[in-house]
Amino acid sequence: MKPLETAEVLQTSFFSQRMPAPIRLRELIRTIRTARTQAEEREMIQKECAAIRSSFREEDNTYRCRNVAKLLYMHMLGYPAHFGQLECLKLIASQKFTDKRIGYLGAMLLLDERQDVHLLMTNCIKNDLNHSTQYVQGLALCTLGCMGSSEMCRDLAGEVEKLLKTSNSYLRKKAALCAVHVIRKVPELMEMFLPATKNLLNEKNHGVLHTSVVLLTEMCERSPDMLAHFRKLVPQLVRILKNLIMSGYSPEHDVSGISDPFLQVRILRLLRILGRNDDDSSEAMNDILAQVATNTETSKNVGNAILYETVLTIMDIKSESGLRVLAINILGRFLLNNDKNIRYVALTSLLKTVQTDHNAVQRHRSTIVDCLKDLDVSIKRRAMELSFALVNGNNVRGMMKELLYFLDSCEPEFKADCASGIFLAAEKYAPSKRWHIDTIMRVLTTAGSYVRDDAVPNLIQLITNSVEMHAYTVQRLYKAILGDYSQQPLVQVASWCIGEYGDLLVSGQCEEEEPIQVTEDEVLDILESVLISNMSASVTRGYALTAIMKLSTRFTCTVNRIKKVVSIYGSSIDVELQQRAVEYNALFKKYDHMRPALLERMPVMEKVTTNGPAEIVQTNGETETAVLETKPPPSGVQPANQANDLLDLLGGSDITPVIPTAPTTKPAAAGGELLDLLGDLNLTGSPVSAPAPQIAQPPFLLDGLTTQPLFNDIAAGIPSITAYNKNGLKIDFTFERSNTNPSVTVITIQASNSTELDMTDFVFQAAVPKTFQLQLLSPSSSVIPAFNSGTITQVIKVLNPQKQQLRMRIKLTYNHKGSAMQDLAEVNNFPPQSWQ
Amino acid sequence: PCASGFQESRGCFTGICCSGAPKAQGEGGILSRGRLGTPSCVWKRCSRLCSPAVQQSEDTQQQIIRETFHLVSKRDENVCNFLEGGLLIGGSDNKLIYRHYATLYFVFCVDSSESELGILDLIQVFVETLDKCFENVCELDLIFHVDKVHNILAEMVMGGMVLETNMNEIVTQIDAQNKLEKSEAGLAGAPARAVSAVKNMNLPEIPRNINIGDISIKVPNLPTFK
Repeated sequence: MKPLETAEVLQTSFFSQRMPAPIRLRELIRTIRTARTQAEEREMIQKECAAIRSSFREEDNTYRCRNVAKLLYMHMLGYPAHFGQLECLKLIASQKFTDKRIGYLGAMLLLDERQDVHLLMTNCIKNDLNHSTQYVQGLALCTLGCMGSSEMCRDLAGEVEKLLKTSNSYLRKKAALCAVHVIRKVPELMEMFLPATKNLLNEKNHGVLHTSVVLLTEMCERSPDMLAHFRKLVPQLVRILKNLIMSGYSPEHDVSGISDPFLQVRILRLLRILGRNDDDSSEAMNDILAQVATNTETSKNVGNAILYETVLTIMDIKSESGLRVLAINILGRFLLNNDKNIRYVALTSLLKTVQTDHNAVQRHRSTIVDCLKDLDVSIKRRAMELSFALVNGNNVRGMMKELLYFLDSCEPEFKADCASGIFLAAEKYAPSKRWHIDTIMRVLTTAGSYVRDDAVPNLIQLITNSVEMHAYTVQRLYKAILGDYSQQPLVQVASWCIGEYGDLLVSGQCEEEEPIQVTEDEVLDILESVLISNMSASVTRGYALTAIMKLSTRFTCTVNRIKKVVSIYGSSIDVELQQRAVEYNALFKKYDHMRPALLERMPVMEKVTTNGPAEIVQTNGETETAVLETKPPPSGVQPANQANDLLDLLGGSDITPVIPTAPTTKPAAAGGELLDLLGDLNLTGSPVSAPAPQIAQPPFLLDGLTTQPLFNDIAAGIPSITAYNKNGLKIDFTFERSNTNPSVTVITIQASNSTELDMTDFVFQAAVPKTFQLQLLSPSSSVIPAFNSGTITQVIKVLNPQKQQLRMRIKLTYNHKGSAMQDLAEVNNFPPQSWQ
Repeated sequence: PCASGFQESRGCFTGICCSGAPKAQGEGGILSRGRLGTPSCVWKRCSRLCSPAVQQSEDTQQQIIRETFHLVSKRDENVCNFLEGGLLIGGSDNKLIYRHYATLYFVFCVDSSESELGILDLIQVFVETLDKCFENVCELDLIFHVDKVHNILAEMVMGGMVLETNMNEIVTQIDAQNKLEKSEAGLAGAPARAVSAVKNMNLPEIPRNINIGDISIKVPNLPTFK
């Protein structure tokens, strides 16, 4: 009885003081692997974590190592393990190698320099770097080289440098990589390692050689001084490389029959850096590179890895031309290799060299084009990029055929890039306009839904400018959308063209191919089906409706049908469409006399020649120039470049250019001119140079057409100002606010002349900041009579949607007393009522 | 013009081993038990792809692994072993280079300062080294001995740079270190092991008659999970 009691007491006290021993890592893994669901697993982990935490709390030294190891396993599974950070530090401080091993591993996995805790390790690492066991030293080096922060590196660089000079190769190789890490973290410590590098290349051990070359590479890349200093090592490196190739089989370093390919690759890389832009070094390595290039066995990946590196080095240094051709031919051979990886690197490096050795690469064109048919997407992508880089004036037809075929069959992810590549190349190298339009049409019909948004306006511009191709283009487009209007960009372009050139389509005057017989009703049928099709996007419907409207002046016997369509859409749910329809309806009813002029054919636009992909991407920058390059309205007497001058004076970038309208124009032309003007303005406002201005900014168009009669019926409650008074020329501004659109301010300028001679050829120009939009109407005359006996009036309309303070710069040119006068002025004294 | 983070990431790579062919052999571990397609064994080494985007957090790291596994595992056998880097692994300069062995994928994330083809060889060396260390390595070895895999990799790759490619040298150094651990366990570890063995016995009484020394000798080596 007694002994048993004692036993129980003993037992309970035993277990109350100490928890049961934590389970082993392997047991934990086994348990976790029995979990059937994620929730079950999480529960197990939580339970174990709780046990580990309490074990940590008890400062249990015996099982700390085991617990941290388990924690690392959980960390690997993605569970939080940060609470083990401090335990790692304790393990590192332990005397046992087992503890240190797990501790350092934990430190590398759980800690990084964002946690201040890591600094607590510095001292431990320092002690361990001077430990008597090389493996402990190795662990410390490894950890420092992995996660050392700049503070740590500063503190421990001395120790690393010492180890870099030891004779122990196990430590020396680790110290070399550690030095690389130190240099990356604290570049100014580089000098410190310079003396130690002296003997590094004399080392026999390949591990040390390998890491030394890494260290030298890092130093050369970081500092030009070091680069110059280490150039003298080229002969030594060449010798090492030579020994590697020439030496027979050595079981130590053999990888698939080649002696230490890793070291060879490293040395070739260092040679590349040393030989770059340096004739002497390049000269010194020419021979060995040729030797490597010809002697390397290429049946295995290792051989090809060396060869590939050699090629890159040859292309990068100042090598002999023969050698460069050899290099490109090696890449050419790579392209035929069965191994996909080798084909891939060949394409990648050809892409790098295509700019410098264009002709040599050109020779492998057919092989490259063949790679377009590869099954591997990575290879296909490279081949596509390279193919585009190889397109030039001579091969454009053949290459495009291949690329169009590729576009047809490739995966969706390539289509957008491929389509824009074709657009670019076609624009650059098109042998004829017909070919250009055909090519683009092909892209639109095969990959229409993948082309980028800016393709539509660009294409429309291209078509507009190819005047002689209009009939052909519209006919092709008509045929293309006859049965299929699912490809939105195609339908948009087609609608626009049918609207513009519908008359050519119906008259059947195509010279390029056999004309088709179409009636006006058939054309309208197609556009109407686009309008009602539920596949059409809102924008597309807009194009279609505008096209129908335009046809009202181009078709003769279907105007009533058009009127009906337009009036139907006046009650469309689609606001955009409804607005258009209402506007067009008003055009039919109220301003029918202006309709022909307003719907006149779009003028030809000159586009700035794009000579690189960069310019295409910057659609914004291009818009500005496109506007400036736009030809002045045909009736304008004022050359557009004068407006540009004004823009230049004003700084160009943040103002809205206005091309002034000229005085005394035929009334019939006035409408067209208005449209031109609107077109220009809209171009400025829209991100892409859309030549269909109605689409870009409908509200402004509405203002332009409907507010005209409302100018004068607002009470003149705004005080007028004198904007300019100099040399007898006085210009007054009077203001009105449109009551249909409060953000429009109508300014009437009155110019009078108090001198004794008339002022002739008077031109008033104005510019406003970009947040405003400005429209100058025609002046009443161009002559200001002398002695204040008469005035010129001109109306300016300013759209100020943000209600900002008005500012305006004006430029005045006129002839007075036989000499040309010119003056600039800034008007800042606008009354608040005029803009608030 | 590069961000400073980019500079630091030069040459660094991460090794990720994903196991997760959905059709893993009969014994598919966690995989065939309801978590089909998630990587079951993943180790990251020197995950110091120091670009700020990557270093962010554990969550990001886990996401990278999931994403990587997803990308790699859906690739065909007959395509190339390179994957152009997405934003997740720090931009287009970085590539995923992988090799596929039975149920295992060995994935390295490498920047342009490493040779692509060279890394393929390095993976081969790594796998052969594992094979030597574990004797006919299989997926379970890697799952149950994650720490050992880490130690082996630490002798090959350090701070994201290749340290040693000589297989014999690696195996020698690993063996020596394991011996060192074992000797510690033999001397200093004996009492601790004895205590734990006692505690695990779950006896109803105090174990009075047990000779602690004997047990410490009888404690078998780690069982093998084959």
